Amino acid sequence: MNIKVKNLSKKFNNFIAVNNINFTLEKNKTLGLLGSNGCGKTTSIGMMLGLITPTSGEVIIDNKNVNNTNRSDLLSKMNFASPYIELPKKLTVQQNLQVYGRLYGVKDLKNRISEISEDLNLNNFLNKNTGELSSGQKNRVSLAKSLINKPDILFLDEPTASLDPDIGDFVRQYIEIYKSKNQITIILASHNMKEVERLCDTIIMMKEGQIVDRGTCKDLVSRHGRNNLEDTFLKIARSKK
Amino acid sequence: MRWHKIYGLSLRHIYLIRNSFPRILDLIYWPSVQVFLWGFISEFFTINSSYYNNTAGVILTAAILYDFLFRSSISYNMMFLEEIWSRNFTNLFIAPIKISEIITALTMTAILRTLIGLVPAVLVAIPLFGVSIFKLGIPLIFLLVALYIFGISLGLLVTAGLLRFGPSFENIAWASLFFLAPLGCIYYPIEILPDALQMVAKSLPLVHIFEEMRNILIDQTVNSFEIFKSIMISFIYFVFGVIIFYTAYYGAKIKGTLINIGE
Repeated sequence: MNIKVKNLSKKFNNFIAVNNINFTLEKNKTLGLLGSNGCGKTTSIGMMLGLITPTSGEVIIDNKNVNNTNRSDLLSKMNFASPYIELPKKLTVQQNLQVYGRLYGVKDLKNRISEISEDLNLNNFLNKNTGELSSGQKNRVSLAKSLINKPDILFLDEPTASLDPDIGDFVRQYIEIYKSKNQITIILASHNMKEVERLCDTIIMMKEGQIVDRGTCKDLVSRHGRNNLEDTFLKIARSKK
Repeated sequence: MRWHKIYGLSLRHIYLIRNSFPRILDLIYWPSVQVFLWGFISEFFTINSSYYNNTAGVILTAAILYDFLFRSSISYNMMFLEEIWSRNFTNLFIAPIKISEIITALTMTAILRTLIGLVPAVLVAIPLFGVSIFKLGIPLIFLLVALYIFGISLGLLVTAGLLRFGPSFENIAWASLFFLAPLGCIYYPIEILPDALQMVAKSLPLVHIFEEMRNILIDQTVNSFEIFKSIMISFIYFVFGVIIFYTAYYGAKIKGTLINIGE
């Protein structure tokens, strides 16, 4: 599935959260959304998921406008994971996966849960309440939920935030392996520059709701005359408009 | 409407109840306390009031029926609040589930929560106070249907507020039924209310439901038209509730609250 974002803007009262952004993401590519806190990344993802109605512009996924189409048909092919959104804490990991598997209409759910639990090492705590898990375990469960329906488009909002380097690396490696085995388009919002360098084919830099630069990691670094993506990010974030 | 999705969402709340014994106890505790309290008050009035003279259990039956309404509405609100409290709200709204499926799932699961709490209380009232709501006979089914539809309608209106305004609307959720109770004429006939309020009260299904309950228990007469009217009025509120819920959903999408509610 490909994504086309055309002249997309969102205004909350007098505050412009997203200001006329445009981009196209081809099937099976990973796009990194970078920018300081409050630059409009989450609002943009919200509009792409159909959770927020744009003030103007449109999001076209597989030639269908997210806001005009039957949203649930598109959503069955998408999913989202974020450490800021949690799964019901009083349900076990297995129960949460069963609930979301049913909501996404997953066929042969039992096997899908076994498969994903094996892949993400969830088996040791499958029957534990989700609220009793460590951050790393919760993060993997959230990732499992986001992949339960084998989505064509996956939105990841800071997938490794607050994880130790070992678990962070495990998650990044898993995403890489998953992507190599499945046709999946990923939009990744992250503040971890190494993660973005490793996972993304193209990067969009956002500032105050606007796209201020875009390209591959290599292009951006060389264009701004910096040594790495982190320095490039800092230069853009601190520059005056 | 896809039933596997409705079942999936219902399952989330069934697991929640099943996993926690204190939660089940909490569901049973309050209706039982109500039965004890109103059971004793009912006994007192049966002896000391000419209106209720020799008509044991009218007040207790009214208390049980009102609690059925209260539990239906609160169950609906609670299930929605659970999603906000557990920060699961966004996950729910990015799942491919339609609003109509969410409403259906919550409506179906609310009856389960309500019955878990109320069935033990209803059964306890029989040996303890000699009062059985089953004395209402077949009309009981229709009175419960009217109460349930109205309870769900109130639940829809409150959850619409939660959707639109976020958790700050939570207090309204608890207060909603207490606000309507005086106009519902649950324990007294409508003539007690001032004329102006009687007009307002008649626009609620509660007056028709509880007047009919008293007719059956005190005068042993059944007015089918009144029961039908109560169901119809409840249904009008339900349709209104659904419209408001959809309006709130589209309003929340414009306001952006679906992605950060609970934060």
